[in-house]
Amino acid sequence: MARFIVRRLIQMVLVMFSVSVLTFLIFNVIPNGDPAVRMAGKQPTETQIQAIREEWGFDEPLHVQYLTTMEKVFTGDLVSYTTQLDVVDQIVQGIPRTLSLAVGAAILWMLFAVALGLYSAMKAGRFADRFLTVLALIGISMPVFWLGALMNYYLGFKAGIFPNGGYVELTEDPIDWAYHLVMPWVALSVLFIGIYSRVLRSNVLDTMNEDYVRTARAKGLSERRILVRHVLRNSLIPIVTLWGLDFGLVVGGGAILTETVFDLEGVGQFAADAIGQLDVPPVLAITMFVAFFVVLLNAIVDILYAVLDPRVRLQ
Amino acid sequence: MTRERLLDVDELDVSFVTEGGLVHAVDRVSFHLARGEVLAIVGESGSGKSVSVMTLLGLTRAPNARFGGRAFLRRPGGDVDLVGAKDSVLRRIRGNEIAMIFQDPMTSLNPVHRVGDQIVEQILAHEDVLEAEARERAIGLLDRVGVPRARDRIGSYPHEFSGGMRQRVMIAMALSCDPDVLIADEPTTALDVTIQAQILERVRELKEGRNAGVILVTHDLGVVAELADRIAVMYSGRIVETGTLDQVFYDPQHPYTWGLLGSITRLDLPRPERLPAISGAPPSLASRPQGCHFRPRCPHEFEKCPEDPPLEARVDARSEHCDRCWLSPDEKRRKRQVTPNQIGLEAKGAVA
Amino acid sequence: MSAGNGAAPLVQVEHLKHYFPIKSGLLVDRTVGNVHAVDDVTFELGEGETLGLVGESGCGKTTLARTIMRLLEPTDGTIRFGGDDISSASQRALRPVRREMQLVFQDPFASLNPRKRVGQIIGAPLKLHGRDGDVGGRVRELLERVGLAPEHASRYPHEFSGGQRQRIGVARALALEPRLILLDEPVSALDVSVQAQIINLLDDLQDDFGLAYLFVAHDLSVVRHVSDRIAVMYLGKIVELAPADELYTKPIMPYTDALLGAIPIPDPKRNRERERIVLEGEPPNPIDPPSGCRFHPRCPRATEVCARVEPPLTEYANGHLAACHHPLNVSAEELAAATKSPASPLSAGDELPQPS
Repeated sequence: MARFIVRRLIQMVLVMFSVSVLTFLIFNVIPNGDPAVRMAGKQPTETQIQAIREEWGFDEPLHVQYLTTMEKVFTGDLVSYTTQLDVVDQIVQGIPRTLSLAVGAAILWMLFAVALGLYSAMKAGRFADRFLTVLALIGISMPVFWLGALMNYYLGFKAGIFPNGGYVELTEDPIDWAYHLVMPWVALSVLFIGIYSRVLRSNVLDTMNEDYVRTARAKGLSERRILVRHVLRNSLIPIVTLWGLDFGLVVGGGAILTETVFDLEGVGQFAADAIGQLDVPPVLAITMFVAFFVVLLNAIVDILYAVLDPRVRLQ
Repeated sequence: MTRERLLDVDELDVSFVTEGGLVHAVDRVSFHLARGEVLAIVGESGSGKSVSVMTLLGLTRAPNARFGGRAFLRRPGGDVDLVGAKDSVLRRIRGNEIAMIFQDPMTSLNPVHRVGDQIVEQILAHEDVLEAEARERAIGLLDRVGVPRARDRIGSYPHEFSGGMRQRVMIAMALSCDPDVLIADEPTTALDVTIQAQILERVRELKEGRNAGVILVTHDLGVVAELADRIAVMYSGRIVETGTLDQVFYDPQHPYTWGLLGSITRLDLPRPERLPAISGAPPSLASRPQGCHFRPRCPHEFEKCPEDPPLEARVDARSEHCDRCWLSPDEKRRKRQVTPNQIGLEAKGAVA
Repeated sequence: MSAGNGAAPLVQVEHLKHYFPIKSGLLVDRTVGNVHAVDDVTFELGEGETLGLVGESGCGKTTLARTIMRLLEPTDGTIRFGGDDISSASQRALRPVRREMQLVFQDPFASLNPRKRVGQIIGAPLKLHGRDGDVGGRVRELLERVGLAPEHASRYPHEFSGGQRQRIGVARALALEPRLILLDEPVSALDVSVQAQIINLLDDLQDDFGLAYLFVAHDLSVVRHVSDRIAVMYLGKIVELAPADELYTKPIMPYTDALLGAIPIPDPKRNRERERIVLEGEPPNPIDPPSGCRFHPRCPRATEVCARVEPPLTEYANGHLAACHHPLNVSAEELAAATKSPASPLSAGDELPQPS
């Protein structure tokens, strides 16, 4: 166990480092990315630009800039080029919103994926299965921004069934909070439900043919018990680990499109705005934030796998 | 010497509708099992032996399966026809009155559940006892089948046992509810020969101690010679010969049986120059020859063979020794002598 | 230990070892132990001869076969093929050797590429070794040799039965006219009636082509028919090596005796009359093998010396070797005439068994 933790910590440090370096370099290579020019506003003079450069240290060699920026990330002193606001504060403000979206969607998509995938497997080859397959493919093919925008427009703006975007604090009004999140949850989940239900269907079909399921039936167990304790229990193992990884991604702000379409102002939307303005500090901080979560959840997923599948523990 | 009958299988017929046509896996098979005896069903792949016994427990039920005939489980509470029984009725019989052990112990146990839990699960499904009591019984069962340190091992997972130990766990599990009928489908094929000997010892103890009936499905004639009281030889979905152990081994009537007995290498006899082999291969399940299914591979074929031979006692009408070959018992005895490359029973002594 | 007919041995294996390392460690993997899969094995195989290699799961017979073929690297010891030392030869230097050493696998369903036609499968070794000539003609010839029809070359493996697929595997092995074929459980996945056909085929091919076979099997009855000599392995070591018939009539090492005794005789009367001991327990851990004679924890004849000293491979009459302090079926004269075989493992003691 100690060995596992040590290795994962080292991995985390390496990943976060690589991600930060790559992000930093990318921004310095993008054309039109000179932050001094952008900050100077309209029709800047050369002196103005130079002054900004000196003030912000843009005239320093790249590696020095990198080190200074990284130092700021860890001291919490990082400031956005465009808004001049503290980056870390903004991220912290966005976290509860992103989390609300992520957790709600994750639970929703798991429940539906399991239900639909299981049903599909049980009716394999029949009409219900084919119908659900088509539905799943549609779900996978629909871009989330398109679906979100459509939902927002028709259900939100036109029909007024749901609010037209925006976020309400959980602590302020739980019901309104959920009400505002229903459409984002659905929009984000649709893709995952499509994918996960297919994977589960395939796992369940494989598991149902396993010898130990035949043994369970020969023991005289009820079909329900066989389904839950033998078929589902074993089919879910790979799904749970996949889910952990996707969840990590979404929590880290990977649901950029959904957040933006519904104007939730979470970490993802923050990232989207910053990218659009080629604002390096927030993007750097957020990519590291995402990397951190992905590695963390990767490690949790590995532990979870060992808990669920005792054969893995031997290693 | 009439023992109490446990099972009466009458003209059992199983077919599957597949893309390649109708697969007639079991062709009007009849046999019976009494208390305290071991019936060996012998055959190779495609003979239908596994499908036959799995059908007794309803394990072959599927949308594309077609069943015929009847299989009666005889019990004091009232006989049950296993072929037509409802799922709810079968479920109460499975693992309870009829238990089954499968071939590969590695894949027949659920790898993510502890061994003890899997045994307890079966007990609790059929008997109204407390979990603690079921647990104690599981420990006792593991102990009885020879798993060392049963109390500790009960919390282990299947992959933590070796192949032989896993099979013992399967046996313990099968015996947990004191079944009247135990079906063992190739129980030792996947095991080393010394481990096989241990398992066969256990099965023998079982037969002698518990007064249950055992159906042993196998292709290994050595194992049959060890344990069986009666044998049914299956070929291409049909029983081609049936009788007591001594009858079938020492007075085999069907040419396929001759081939089976002849093509096995005997360690206690001198080496033959060439292994007698049955030429050709078993027919495909979807298309079989008219009449006797063994015709294409039988060197003794004659004019009567295209007519379907019934399973009858030809040697002695009063005995249980039946076979499906039109040749007269005298002709059979003559043709049975072995010559190189022909089917026959390996006679005592080497072949020139 | 020699092939007995004066011919130079085709294969010579001396004190061969193959250990699988077990790695563990916090940051860097360190080897903390070894699985002693093959632990000091010595034997010879002559041209046209068949050596059967038997043992139960975990005895190392498959690992030994693979190491001889250099599919695995020897941890120690030497392998000589046709007089040349191939133990540490490079992959390039091995190419000509590989042409002469071929392998037939156990699983007829997994060892043929399902996407290739039979003709391509059999022709592949010819193309690989640059024998382009008349590949088609050679393939047809090989198919006939193994009892299949030339038309079968254009079909796919799944269209054939297990026995037929194994014949295809044999045809493939014959393509390059090898001198040695290693067969790893070639018939155990087949039905009994088909096993006899394949064994007869292997027998015929050996007569026709002068092939040497190294026949790995767990089934003693199958091995008997094809082998000239048989070696019994237990936990990485050869514990007995004898001419085929003699192994069955005169087993010297108690493990061999137990192995033979465990096989049920397909003859009810003789089975009933037979007296034998059922061996209890399981083969122990190859990571931490028992001291002295590896079989001593399960051996009904074990004494104190068996736990302490590893018995040397003692050579008895007829080239019959056995590693045991308390051998069965040997008379006092035979014991007196016995010598320590050079095939004996280096870790074994020097003392030969004494008449008791």
